[in-house]
Amino acid sequence: MPTVTFVKADGSSQEVHIENGTNVMQGAVDNMVDGILGDCGGCCSCATCHCYVDESWVDKVGAPDDVEKDMLEFVIDPQPTSRLSCQIKMSDALDGLVVRLPKSQF
Amino acid sequence: MARERCIIVGASHAAAQVAPALRQNGWEGAIAVIGNEYFLPYHRPPLSKDFLSGAKGFDDILIRQPAVYEKSNIQFVLGMTIDGIDRANKQLTLNDGEHIAYDKLVLTLGARVRKIDIPGAGLRGVFYLRDINDVQQIKSFAGKDKKAVIVGGGYIGLETAASLTKLGMNVTVLEAMPRVLQRVTAPEVSEFYTRVHSEEGVTIVTDAQVASIQGEKNAESVVLMSGESFPADLVIIGVGVIPNTEIAAAAGLEVNNGIVVDEFARTSDHDILAAGDCTSHFNPIYGRQMRLESVQNALDQATIAALTICGKPKAYSALPWFWSDQFDLKLQIAGLSQGHDNVVIRGDMNGSRSFAAFYMQGNRILAVDAINRPQEFMLGKRLITEKVEVDTDHLRDDNFALKGLLA
Repeated sequence: MPTVTFVKADGSSQEVHIENGTNVMQGAVDNMVDGILGDCGGCCSCATCHCYVDESWVDKVGAPDDVEKDMLEFVIDPQPTSRLSCQIKMSDALDGLVVRLPKSQF
Repeated sequence: MARERCIIVGASHAAAQVAPALRQNGWEGAIAVIGNEYFLPYHRPPLSKDFLSGAKGFDDILIRQPAVYEKSNIQFVLGMTIDGIDRANKQLTLNDGEHIAYDKLVLTLGARVRKIDIPGAGLRGVFYLRDINDVQQIKSFAGKDKKAVIVGGGYIGLETAASLTKLGMNVTVLEAMPRVLQRVTAPEVSEFYTRVHSEEGVTIVTDAQVASIQGEKNAESVVLMSGESFPADLVIIGVGVIPNTEIAAAAGLEVNNGIVVDEFARTSDHDILAAGDCTSHFNPIYGRQMRLESVQNALDQATIAALTICGKPKAYSALPWFWSDQFDLKLQIAGLSQGHDNVVIRGDMNGSRSFAAFYMQGNRILAVDAINRPQEFMLGKRLITEKVEVDTDHLRDDNFALKGLLA
């Protein structure tokens, strides 16, 4: 199973296994990663699963679609590599992915 | 001393939040969740949307995988209800007569559908929509080119109409009020939803007072007071919910349109907390007591309850928000519109499917309905919470950059 490392705003990190096909938000919720909420269950309606994709992974993860891009405009502290983690589907190609978490989801 | 025990009643969104949050915040005692359904907590919003249309299955809507609860040593007692709370002895009576002692009790009882008492309401093929079993039965009556009649033009009714249309059904929505979504949106937004549903092939009938459902064994038609009749292979009734408060009231807890809780999610008995649709609580952003039917409140209030139990109290203050997906319309709602004196529309609501309706009180935004407008939703949340005064001319002007409103 591929792994993802979540680096929290305070610098601590947590490595979790996420099954292929499962989105990164769900993987975080299932492993009780503090700092990812995922209130809407992954339908891109709430923006409470905001994360920053580590620079070295941006190309592999790809770009957000228009809806996600619009949501990201007004999250707390948006950055060029901001993504909603519910929209990132896990695959072997993303094994080792590193994402950082914002200090707050709202 | 025996290990402390926290019992959570209602295997709901709030339960799926409060139980793990207790562990995350240091609760070392036992945790058990009692649920009346035979399922682990699942997302309810998809029931009338992707779960009904078939795009999502059961595994897709579980809030957390079973392993999460096992790892955190959270027990589930499913298929059970409670008959009563004995506060003096701090124990619950289950419906099989067993007693369970608690040190802390969390009521996440949710709400149940409001039933209508008309002739024929008990016929086969007549359903309400609140849980997985309801939807599974609805699906067995649904089918291409069959006719569905939906009683109630609220969010559940309209979402269900959209999902059944997707399945190829001919759908009619009967709304008792002069417009759909009357309780929750401005007339402009109701008009917009009526237009889109018509464009998608749904028949919406307003001022429709349902008199009876006719049929031999199965529902065959829905008849209005006016005598008008609508043929139906499937009838779905969506006319609101009632909070589950009876157990709390019988135990002598304060109940007033919901189980009354303070800002720390405590009921009038501080060893009993409550969260979600079943509570009545004070919202400091709007300065009034309220009961909400929303995932946001279930999750946020559940977190507050867990913090209180773990001795890290934090006062609840959150902006309510909601969403509804119908056809290609992604509606996101921030805030509560009650008390608005003006509605400002941004975007073309007549010729397009993308606009936002801002509910204003003077120059302050109370709420926003954002339809295919994620930016307006996200920004609206901030403008409402921070009580920013805005120029309504700027708000109305689709060419005025939204970022300028934050300045």
